[in-house]
Amino acid sequence: MMKLKVNGTDHQIDVEDDMPLLWVLRDVLDIKGVKYGCGIAACGACTVHLNGDVVRSCQIAAADAVGFEITTIEGLGTPDTMHAVQSAWVDLQVAQCGYCQSGQMMQAAALLQAIPRPTDADIDDAMNGNLCRCGTYPRIRAAVKQAADTLAKG
Amino acid sequence: MSKLKKITRRSFMIGSGLVAGGVAFGAHKVATPHANPLLAELREGEAAFTPFIKITADAVTLITPHTDVGQGVQTAQALLIAEELDIDLDQVTLSFGAPDPAYYNTALADEAVPFQSADDSLAARSARGAAGAAFKLLGLMVTGGSSSVPDSYEKLRMAGAVARETLKKAAADQTGQPVSALQTKQGAVVLPDGTRIAYTDLAKAAADIAPVTEVSLRDPSEWKRLGKPVLRNDVVAKSTGTQRYTIDLELDGMLHASVRTNPKRGGSAAQYDTAAAEQMRGISAIVPVTNGIAVVADNTWRAIRAVNAIGCEWPDAPYPAEMADHWQAVSDSFTDDALDKEWRNDGDVNAALGTDAKGVQQIEAEYFAPYVAHQPLEPLCAVARTLETGIEIWTAHQMPRFLQQKVAAVVGCDADEVIFHQQMAGGSFGHRLEFDVVTQAAEIAVAMKGKPVKLTYSREEDFAQDYVRQISIGRAKGALKDGGVHAWQMDIASPSVTASQMTRLGQPAAGPDTQIAAGVWNMPYAVPHLSVRAYRTPELAPISSWRSVGASSAAFFAESFLDEMIHAAGADPVAERLRLIQSPIHRAVLKAVAEMSDWGAPLGPGQGRGVAFVESFGVPTAEVVQVRDTSRGIVIEKVWVAAEVGQVLDPINFENNVMGGVAWGLGHAMNCEITFTDGVADQRNFDMHDGIRMAQCPQIEVRGLTNGDKVRGIGEPPVPPAAPALANAIFAAKGQRVRRMPFWNDVDFA
Repeated sequence: MMKLKVNGTDHQIDVEDDMPLLWVLRDVLDIKGVKYGCGIAACGACTVHLNGDVVRSCQIAAADAVGFEITTIEGLGTPDTMHAVQSAWVDLQVAQCGYCQSGQMMQAAALLQAIPRPTDADIDDAMNGNLCRCGTYPRIRAAVKQAADTLAKG
Repeated sequence: MSKLKKITRRSFMIGSGLVAGGVAFGAHKVATPHANPLLAELREGEAAFTPFIKITADAVTLITPHTDVGQGVQTAQALLIAEELDIDLDQVTLSFGAPDPAYYNTALADEAVPFQSADDSLAARSARGAAGAAFKLLGLMVTGGSSSVPDSYEKLRMAGAVARETLKKAAADQTGQPVSALQTKQGAVVLPDGTRIAYTDLAKAAADIAPVTEVSLRDPSEWKRLGKPVLRNDVVAKSTGTQRYTIDLELDGMLHASVRTNPKRGGSAAQYDTAAAEQMRGISAIVPVTNGIAVVADNTWRAIRAVNAIGCEWPDAPYPAEMADHWQAVSDSFTDDALDKEWRNDGDVNAALGTDAKGVQQIEAEYFAPYVAHQPLEPLCAVARTLETGIEIWTAHQMPRFLQQKVAAVVGCDADEVIFHQQMAGGSFGHRLEFDVVTQAAEIAVAMKGKPVKLTYSREEDFAQDYVRQISIGRAKGALKDGGVHAWQMDIASPSVTASQMTRLGQPAAGPDTQIAAGVWNMPYAVPHLSVRAYRTPELAPISSWRSVGASSAAFFAESFLDEMIHAAGADPVAERLRLIQSPIHRAVLKAVAEMSDWGAPLGPGQGRGVAFVESFGVPTAEVVQVRDTSRGIVIEKVWVAAEVGQVLDPINFENNVMGGVAWGLGHAMNCEITFTDGVADQRNFDMHDGIRMAQCPQIEVRGLTNGDKVRGIGEPPVPPAAPALANAIFAAKGQRVRRMPFWNDVDFA
């Protein structure tokens, strides 16, 4: 048995030590906002935060996540209480198929935590590992900037 | 029946007129609409005037039968109904509906016939009518070919208008007010004194009267919802991680499966060593499926891990094992025997190209387009559960009625005993036109006897089993005279994507394939001497529709070579194209993109611009790409796009689709190919085939033009011009011609 803390709630789980956090979240804890895209850290759809740091949950063994505060898109904000990043994503209607967007928003939230006023180059660097097959990048870029404005106004 | 007949009166009239022009189907049968599938499920006091609207005491439900693969068609279709019904999207429930012939798609037929979109001749209209009649007769329910909006544009507004007028009639009967005194607003009939009667409160009364079918559609100038930015119905869910896709479904007692089938596509099943997999935790069954093997487990990861632990020796594929032999087969098919169709033969190309007259310059070139994969980010996935008779299927699929037939054949039941639940798709790009994941889920579900099973492909399996975009070669010769294009011979060879797909559907694919030279045989250029020939290579690897299909390769060849000819002639790429185009609608598109980009303005050091102009799916689309050659490689700085679509229903979603199409076209042109070694795809994940990422994606400026009289879809048309416009820009920036995709073979990109 191991204990994982996800979005502020403790969960006791019985899984292999090397089961990827992605699949623990999705199939054991039924937290479905985190997505499977590639399994090799090549797409970023599974992006979550561990103690605020951005990670690809497909590459984190369950046992290695013990003791961390794990945050998923559900912990970032909800439809009723959206994070500034999510509000910007809605305002600018970023999503097309939407499948990558949980990972994009988790990456963007971490970027804005680290760099409140990111330049285009900062956005390129931070977001380049998050693949969007629909090609929503121009809107993601604009939404990151809008969320930065919102957060700056407090 | 009679009420529906009036609703479709317009299409009946067009249809029957064309029947007189020689269509094989009887006018009566074509005119008879399919029964309304909603009537069967109605209870007392509920009303469904058309297959698209259901009103009960609790809710107004709009049926949006096309598959939402991210293009936003669910919102677009709901808006078309809501515009005439006078109801807001937050007042309705949306449903994809059940598979039914009433949801046939006629607009797709336009793309299946060999006539230019501007061709309004009797022959062209007859062929479109014949294809449309066939689609209607067969009840073909298909999402594809950028046809959803054209298919829905009148049909769904008419459905909204019929419901509105019927509700008004019911209210008039109830209140004694004349219908002419009643108005409708936000889901209610409004009486002269301002009293509102909600549609839901009129459901029972409306169900008891005959639908009002003599209705007319509002002029676009009166639209309140269409033509303006609208919040998509799925945007909040997709911005908060709460949108559920097939891969997220959970049913009570559900098991999880993953599969491996022969990666040498079409090869038979292997001998399997399952000893290691059997010992792994959480495994409940190992199930043979067609050409492969599946593991059923208690979660997805355990299923994928165990299926990957099975030892397999795969028999060979029916196609060549090595990539060089695929290319050789295409190269060998420029022969008279392999000629699929000579599409254009204007003037006397042979004479014009054969001349060595003074002042005539000759050039020639050869171009290559590789296999590429679809790979939407949600992997292929399906949930299946057998019933006492029949089966339930949950997945996102673009052809639900074919799906029912395919699954029925697996289960041994009737097609209507396949209960299909359409899901929101995590992308498609043509990927969800195929059936393997669904038939495999059905095979596994049959073995698991009533337990629900979710089958999820690993990304590696998804790549291995992708029905890729056609491989193609273009060969061109041109003659230049008096500073302009004088003669052009454009030959294109590829396997037939239509035949490959139709064979898997068990359908005939007679006649030439419109896709081999799509976007080229219908070029708007009046070159004095022009030949376009399509050659059919025998089937190699199995192929399928990839966003924009034939034009994604053929138009790259043609628009690249046209640029080469124009530069050789010393002309301007926009001005020379305009000189060659007569059609005012097409000229307007090219002029718009020139104006948007300030074409001809001086550029900075290392910068270059290229233009390309392609009509696909009836949408003339022009793109200008601006690049800068830097020490890190080529940077794509900006793209301008103009496209003619007749009407823009939602400017935001329109822009999103165009940006996405441009990004799709650029990304794959730069970075992607599928190659085969020993019959197996070499690229098995996004580290080797990703498309485009943030750092490479340019600014994209979009303009929709509405000069045409026919409404068109925009999902695919932005793709084909992107690759040639980029290649032409690279030439402008550094003088290097890039004649094969992916471009990174020849050029560095930052």
